[in-house]
Amino acid sequence: MQNTTNTPIIEVNNLTKYYGDFPAVENLSFTVNKGEILGFLGPNAAGKTTTMRILTGFMPPTSGTVKIAGFDVIDQSLEVRRRIGYLPETVPLYTEMSILDYLDFMGQLRGMDKKWRTRRISEVIDICRLGEYRSSLIGKLSKGFRQRVGIAQAVLHEPEVLIMDEPTIGIDPIQVVETRNLIKSFGGEHTIILSTHILPEVSMICERVIIIHEGQVVAIDRPDNLSERLKGTERIEADIRGPFDQVMTSLRDIPGVQEVTRTDRGDVGIYNIETSSGADLREQISNLVHDMGWGLLRLQPIQMSLEEIFLHLTVTESDKT
Amino acid sequence: MKNTLIIAWKETRTYFVSPMAYIVIAIYAALAAYYFVTSISGVLPEATVRGYIIPTAFIFTLLSPIMTMRLLAEEQKLGTLELLMTSPVRDYEIVMGKFLASMASLISLLIPTVYLVVLLMWFATPDIGPILSGYLGIILFGMATLSVGLFASSLSGNQIVAAVVAMGILLLLSIIDLASTYVGGIFTELVLEISITAHLESFARGVIDTHDFIFYIIFTTFMLFLTVKSLESRRWR
Repeated sequence: MQNTTNTPIIEVNNLTKYYGDFPAVENLSFTVNKGEILGFLGPNAAGKTTTMRILTGFMPPTSGTVKIAGFDVIDQSLEVRRRIGYLPETVPLYTEMSILDYLDFMGQLRGMDKKWRTRRISEVIDICRLGEYRSSLIGKLSKGFRQRVGIAQAVLHEPEVLIMDEPTIGIDPIQVVETRNLIKSFGGEHTIILSTHILPEVSMICERVIIIHEGQVVAIDRPDNLSERLKGTERIEADIRGPFDQVMTSLRDIPGVQEVTRTDRGDVGIYNIETSSGADLREQISNLVHDMGWGLLRLQPIQMSLEEIFLHLTVTESDKT
Repeated sequence: MKNTLIIAWKETRTYFVSPMAYIVIAIYAALAAYYFVTSISGVLPEATVRGYIIPTAFIFTLLSPIMTMRLLAEEQKLGTLELLMTSPVRDYEIVMGKFLASMASLISLLIPTVYLVVLLMWFATPDIGPILSGYLGIILFGMATLSVGLFASSLSGNQIVAAVVAMGILLLLSIIDLASTYVGGIFTELVLEISITAHLESFARGVIDTHDFIFYIIFTTFMLFLTVKSLESRRWR
């Protein structure tokens, strides 16, 4: 965002949280600049929710400090809470209230006066496109709408910092796109931290990503740099008709191929080829098959699933250290 | 204070749009009227409301937990407690707001029974003092039962558990004075002192005993304090 300045609005220092003996977050340190959108990426139970709960002042850390807009989350909790909009993972809604009543209640709790409330409620209802349901009971709304009501309450009091825990979980694909655009539109104006376990989501919305695994930071980087690093994990699947053993050895001989596995289907072998460092070997493979006079039935690059990426990233990163 | 009132007002509105409010009011109105009628239908009837003041204690030990069970348990279940606790609101303001709302629902139970007082005044010339002290007594007693109910509601996200726990505590505290004959020394005193029903009798007789008055105030304050601590402990889990 062009509005991004270099004043850190969130400063997290050596944040550690233990649940009993279990470390949920260990020695987490990062800063977020004003207007920046930061993504928290990690598998389930990585410590994302714990970190967010500490940032919002819901629970205190075991050790370490968090400052938001210069206020300490423990010692000046109320000041921090005034400046934060929070969307927890389970959208916190009073099902027996209407959208208008709910937003009005939340506005009052945040100390907004009547005039400010009236203006902002109609604004957020427009932004989150809740207009036709403004008087409906929240309990009757679909999941996607509830999510939008949750976002509406989070931005209602024009908070400096917006913290969203998995904002796109459990809603349908079209609404996911809408929600992402909505969140993106808040950037610059608000400083945003959001958590997700969806990799593309991070590259779409965030300017910076923290990958967290088992309570530890695995990587902090811009999404494009990160996907560059992750490209090394590409795979190609090829269906080749030809003598199995010979195909296997020839494929392994192609420079850049790391590992080949095979499943047989009749006289066709389905080869799973792992390539290194983002090299696209499709041409070499098709040339090889052509030169040898075999039959190439299918050649397809396979994107690594999220689990594999995490596995890869966490394994390689911990190998390095 | 403002936050307390905001929460209290929201809870009160929610309570009175739910059918629960009217079911509870109807049950209490019917029971109070029944006790009233039986108490004034004897051979030598007295023009008092004592007939339903004492049974009210028992009724409240059952109804208060039902009126308070959702107040904090539901917030935990819906996840809205996380929202309240990350809003610029202090924990005790949340508890006080909820408690005030439960007081409003308790007062709503008593309003229909004013009709019985009117009847009494229409057909007889009752002594107003005991009527007022009786009502003061059941309001104080109600406060105590509601504070227990609110505390139980803070313990878990399950409303039924909250209601059952509160009823258990209240029933125990109501009958504990029976044990006074079986224990000795300081325990006799103690057992009589913590019995919530024993403190109501003076009010029903028309006596406002500061000792009993202060008991209910301290008891309620203590339970509300425990509720705040119980909420605070959610932050540490």
